[in-house]
Amino acid sequence: MTESNCAITYSAKDYKSETKPVWCPGCGDYSVLSSITKAFADLNLEPHKTSVVSGIGCSSRIPAYTTTYGFHTIHGRALVVGAGLKLARPDMTVLVAGGDGDGFSIGGNHFLHACRRNVDMTYVVMDNRVYGMTKGQPSPTTEPDWDASAMAPPGGTGMTPFNPLAIALAAGANFVARCFSGDPNGTAAVIAEAIKHPGFSFVAVMSPCITFREEQREWKNVVRPSPVDSTTDAAQAAKRLMTDDGFNMGILYRGARVPYSPKGAGQATIGDLEAEFAL
Amino acid sequence: MTQNKGVSGSVSLAMCGSGGAGVMTAANMLLDAAAEAGYYALFGRSSGPQIRGGEAAAIVRLSPEPVTSVDDTTEILLAIDWQNVQRFAAELPLDKNSVIITDPTQGEVPEVMAKSGARIVELHMKDLAKEIPGGRPNMIALGAVAQLIGLSVDVVCEVLGQSLKKKRADAYEASVAAVKKGAEAALSMGTTKQLGKLAGEPAKRWSITGNEAAALGAVRGGVRFCAAYPITPATEILEYLSSALPKVGGTFVQAEDELASINMCIGGSFGGAASITATSGPGLSLMIEALGMATASETPVVVVDVQRGGPSTGIPTKSEQSDLNIALYGLHGDGPHLVVAPNSIGDCLMTTQWAVHLAEMTQTPCIVLSDQSLGQSRTIMPVPADVAFVGKRLTVTEALPEGQVYKRYANTASGVSPMAIPGTLGCQYTADGLEHTETGLPSSQANDHSTQQDKRLRKLTGFEYGDLWATVEGEGDIAVMCWGSCVGAAREAIARAAADGVKARLIAPRLLYPTRPDVMAKALAGVKKVLVVELSHLGQFHRYLKGEYDLPAEIQQIKRGGPLPIRPNEIHSRLLSMGK
Repeated sequence: MTESNCAITYSAKDYKSETKPVWCPGCGDYSVLSSITKAFADLNLEPHKTSVVSGIGCSSRIPAYTTTYGFHTIHGRALVVGAGLKLARPDMTVLVAGGDGDGFSIGGNHFLHACRRNVDMTYVVMDNRVYGMTKGQPSPTTEPDWDASAMAPPGGTGMTPFNPLAIALAAGANFVARCFSGDPNGTAAVIAEAIKHPGFSFVAVMSPCITFREEQREWKNVVRPSPVDSTTDAAQAAKRLMTDDGFNMGILYRGARVPYSPKGAGQATIGDLEAEFAL
Repeated sequence: MTQNKGVSGSVSLAMCGSGGAGVMTAANMLLDAAAEAGYYALFGRSSGPQIRGGEAAAIVRLSPEPVTSVDDTTEILLAIDWQNVQRFAAELPLDKNSVIITDPTQGEVPEVMAKSGARIVELHMKDLAKEIPGGRPNMIALGAVAQLIGLSVDVVCEVLGQSLKKKRADAYEASVAAVKKGAEAALSMGTTKQLGKLAGEPAKRWSITGNEAAALGAVRGGVRFCAAYPITPATEILEYLSSALPKVGGTFVQAEDELASINMCIGGSFGGAASITATSGPGLSLMIEALGMATASETPVVVVDVQRGGPSTGIPTKSEQSDLNIALYGLHGDGPHLVVAPNSIGDCLMTTQWAVHLAEMTQTPCIVLSDQSLGQSRTIMPVPADVAFVGKRLTVTEALPEGQVYKRYANTASGVSPMAIPGTLGCQYTADGLEHTETGLPSSQANDHSTQQDKRLRKLTGFEYGDLWATVEGEGDIAVMCWGSCVGAAREAIARAAADGVKARLIAPRLLYPTRPDVMAKALAGVKKVLVVELSHLGQFHRYLKGEYDLPAEIQQIKRGGPLPIRPNEIHSRLLSMGK
């Protein structure tokens, strides 16, 4: 094996492992995997200096399908494992990936604090508005009247869906975008922009689960590019997010907050520390 | 009862008062003066539930020899005032040899304390302080106590000078005058127990709390990453690391909760940084799932649990040894991991440093079970040994030959597999909490499960832990078996029993998991009776010993929940009856 060589040009397939995904045929996550690997290739990231960290769920299986370093963690904790890696190793590119249940339900508190902490990493959520791995229960982003689940009451949960982008913005995320898995090239371009953007970047990808939410096949007919360009004005972005129908795609907000980076540069010795306790 | 020679010269005292009375200031000055004079000490505090202010008791034991346990009784109890001080009655045992110093203008001695038979002496601290411009009652108290126990008043004034002279010359002069006035007043109080004379020149010593010691031990062991969430009584570990880690090029993060703190540590460790977090029982409960992931993914990490009274929120400010079960058995699945326990304030340093070493060497999480009485007490102790443990993880250092696949979870003889730190070329792998193959791919196959289970256990059972696995001292056919903060009292009780002709040995495991059946059998050779001592209402340590080791048939127990410490006389008297 040769040493790292900057002259190497990587293509998307260099980031795809030979492991066959567990996903169902037609799952949107295949396309998101392609978008992520294409974004890595577009940025020519070295696979050994890149890491994909995930939680639990269908989409969280993704690290093993890449050739980067990966960590398939536990349910809801991907963002904090990813943050720990990035804070200890600022030289690594860290992409955290997962689903709506993992990120917004069991991991919801970490989502809020990841947005406000602003560690320089990218969070890609494959949102299919359902728990797929456990065979179809309502998630935080599920429509209130969806009741085609053994665990949902007749008529649905009645609960207002979580609006991840508005919440990310309110919690201080530095980059907010919405994509559709049916547009892999567009999604790849947005993910590449997100990785390049300093601080915490959040990319919500609508990724249909045609097994438990067959009606999501229709998404391809209703999504559209956002009619307006991305903004650096959080108030404008908030208004747009609170008033759109959820099907406008694109980068919606780019902030300019300085990333959180607490690593010390001190060179004290152990002896220096011990001296404080000596009488 | 006979006391052993080592601590016969010690004096135990307590200073109490309401918030703002300056009790802690006076006690700290006393401690500093004793340190300056060459003595050793233990210093604990107890306080009411208020966030700021409120009644407080400083509990001090001074000694010409190192001390690691509280004594049986309080020789001097001084109260600047008596507001709510009766709350501390159970923590401040008195007897007819004790002296209670009271200011008659500040209330009556509470009945619960007066009935002990202690001699009551009046000292008009408030009025005497008023005679000095800027004088304060706590400094009158300081002078009186120093005089009574035979600690040089000149040294007390010297210490006052070190802390006050430059900054506040007027306060310094008023304090010196008050200390001298208090000392003068003490001359008419009769005799009390005197602090023993030092043999020779003062040794080099440290002043440190158990929480500071644990934190310093972590840094000495190579820790460079800490993410943590504040919790009593562990917060001082985090406060120390938040300033110390950046000084050595490390990283400290305050996380949003304990789930975040342990998982950030696991992320940092995956990235190659030796990592630690500290918490107490409620936080450990939240961290357990992640510790299972660290076990399965073979990611080293250290968690210090500074135990407090439980269950649930329990008694946050006071000690107990009741997190043993969750530390040993809390993980779901068969998840072999390390559990160690320091047995003195000073040992918090070595044991935490060792924990980092063990975790890194075996790529396994390690729980350090400290407790409030170790963590939040200060000691003046001998300079700790410069142990050489620095976490050394087996990593991939050379590029793999062309075409060879990196096996993160290779089934090696020792069970430890070389870990590729992200950034290492050609060794990319996915760490996983799912059961996996040797290369790290998810697997639900029976043979992969058994291979990886064997490997994870073998890393721990095959490791050479050396003599540090336990403190084993003395001989005799009675063994006192205890752990953690009970060890100091047991050691003192065994010494007293020896003076009474009853021989007993001390067996105190520092390594609680994995168990060491062979070396324990050697430690127990010839033992006919065992006395198990612990601060757990359910007797968790007793159950652990019975479940994991072969013990002699005759077992007695001293067990109760916290927060009152088990004192040497309880163990001593039981040893005398067992030795008959």
